[in-house]
Amino acid sequence: MEILALLAEGFATSLSPLNIMIVLIGVTAGLFIGAMPGLGSVNGVAIVLPLTFIVPPSSAIILLAAIYYGAMYGGAVSSILLGIPGASTAVATTFDGRPMAQKGEAGLALIAAAVASFVGGTISVILFTIFAVPLADLALAFGPAEEFALVLMAFTTFVGLGGDDIFKTIVMISLGLVLSTVGLDLISGQPRLIFFDMPGFYSGISFLVLAIGVYGVGEVLYTIETSRTSPAVTPARLSFAELRAGLVRMNRLWRTMSFGSVLGFFVGMLPAAGATPAALMSYGMAKSMSKKPETFGRGNIEGVAAPETANNAASTGSLLPMLTLGIPGSPTTALLLGGMVMWGLVPGPMLFIESPDFVWGLISSLYTANLAAVLINIALIPIFVWALRMPFSVLCAMVLVLCIVGGFAPSQKMHDVWLIAVFGIAGYVLRKADYPLAPLVLALVLGPLMEKSFRQALIGEQGNILVFVERPLSALFVALSVLFFLLPIIKMVARRRSKSTAPAE
Amino acid sequence: MLAADRIIAVALMGLSLYFMWHATVLPIGWVEGSGPGGGSFPFWLSAIMLGASAIVLLRSFTRAAPHKNEKFIPDADAIPQILGVSGLLIATIAATPLVGAYVALMAFLVFYLRIFGHHGWLLIGILTIATPVFLFFFFEVTLKILLPKGITEPLFIPLYAQFF
Repeated sequence: MEILALLAEGFATSLSPLNIMIVLIGVTAGLFIGAMPGLGSVNGVAIVLPLTFIVPPSSAIILLAAIYYGAMYGGAVSSILLGIPGASTAVATTFDGRPMAQKGEAGLALIAAAVASFVGGTISVILFTIFAVPLADLALAFGPAEEFALVLMAFTTFVGLGGDDIFKTIVMISLGLVLSTVGLDLISGQPRLIFFDMPGFYSGISFLVLAIGVYGVGEVLYTIETSRTSPAVTPARLSFAELRAGLVRMNRLWRTMSFGSVLGFFVGMLPAAGATPAALMSYGMAKSMSKKPETFGRGNIEGVAAPETANNAASTGSLLPMLTLGIPGSPTTALLLGGMVMWGLVPGPMLFIESPDFVWGLISSLYTANLAAVLINIALIPIFVWALRMPFSVLCAMVLVLCIVGGFAPSQKMHDVWLIAVFGIAGYVLRKADYPLAPLVLALVLGPLMEKSFRQALIGEQGNILVFVERPLSALFVALSVLFFLLPIIKMVARRRSKSTAPAE
Repeated sequence: MLAADRIIAVALMGLSLYFMWHATVLPIGWVEGSGPGGGSFPFWLSAIMLGASAIVLLRSFTRAAPHKNEKFIPDADAIPQILGVSGLLIATIAATPLVGAYVALMAFLVFYLRIFGHHGWLLIGILTIATPVFLFFFFEVTLKILLPKGITEPLFIPLYAQFF
């Protein structure tokens, strides 16, 4: 009951005229960003973050969360109309969304995606509301040792569950953590890693500079290479009859959508997993549970509903550890976390005690953003069809201009703009060589917390390294970290054993 | 892909060594009674980075190297585009403190939209004029964040008088 009262107070914040307007602007912007091939929520949030200084912090985070939400809805649009996923999170949506569009059911596929996103979003926001307070209460007992062990666990999930090259993942995590130490030593205050004696490095490397570089400039370079020819847009007609027919068909898919939402929510909480694997898993599950699995991949509406519920649920799921524990569940939430720190708010359990109006305002805004997104999404379908015809070079030029100006604005130093160019080009090259970028960004955001908690824990215990395994919660996290770290080796051994026991052909 | 993989691995190894050398400015070992020194976190993480990139390099010489048959550079006509856009971006940033953000960004838009987008002058004209106007009102008037003006500073004095 207490949660309902807090939520009601939150609605008082999120339903203020300013915040309603912000949700509408954010969702619409997010829908368009998500719908553009190549650009997803993380690019949208990275590019728009420097512009959010225009509103107070609590509204700024609502704006970014609304963009995040809108982009998750929008990703399906280009998957269906162009056959190119708007973001990696919408890859699974192309499997059946594209065949549906080719059969002349583009409108129906878009309605299915929107409704499924709404169901996934709503179920996951309810789960979020239920789990937020207990998780924050648990996190209140955390000392530096637990904090360090938790961050360590977040990184080892990339090694164990990330699915990328293990050594390249380790390189990127280490690189991000080293870059996070540039500037002044947290404990002694002495300068360190001041490259070429440039004064700009004294204030450290902002997560925003890395994010704009990698997800703004780097993404543009990557997209220039991969989509130089403009793809054909499939026309989508939409009538009220079609809308009603879509809703009727979606009404039969409750089981798929419920499974997808719950699965997406929990997979989304893991830093290394997130919306893309959640959507693929949900698609796979819907297919394996279906009575007609052979219809999947040929334009089955269930194949659109399953991934779309899961990717939206995952985006909400990834907000939960960010807000309650201070550990982001995805690159986008890492940027939200960095933004909150920039505005003077420290994510984590204390936020629930110190700024309940902020926390519950944000949570309740997820409900309004979700409702706004489904309505705006369906209403704007004709405009999406038109916007997707926009030449890609115009979009790229605008993104680059925003990267330069947006990179300059927060610190007002050209040093940061140069770093954006360096990170952008380096990020593009690294991405081409299959180095994963999400752990790099997450490491830069979490690096200061990791080092601070590690050294504080040791100072508190006079340098006793066993402190991390003597406290029960910390020991549990360390044990899980070891497990995640060893997971690739365990898998390899299991694979070899099954190969050697298999009968020779 | 293989050659690119090796070059990148070597570059990352060099970068880690550079970081390690920088980190030694502060104590990198164990300080009695308080745990690791100020340089230890960057130093040992760079060492891990060095080790991991060395494994990536060594692995490329064995048969187990993944993505061995992939091409790093997909199409020949993508190279001038990527290099061109990168060069244009760098030139724009370099020009910003001298000629100001507005002139640099307008030149960037004209070059980009004409050379890489092959757009007509009408569209280029609209975007090249509308973008700086939006930037001025958003950043300077609303957010009070002054963008670099360089030699164009005197041109803005009447505008400052109008809006501040």
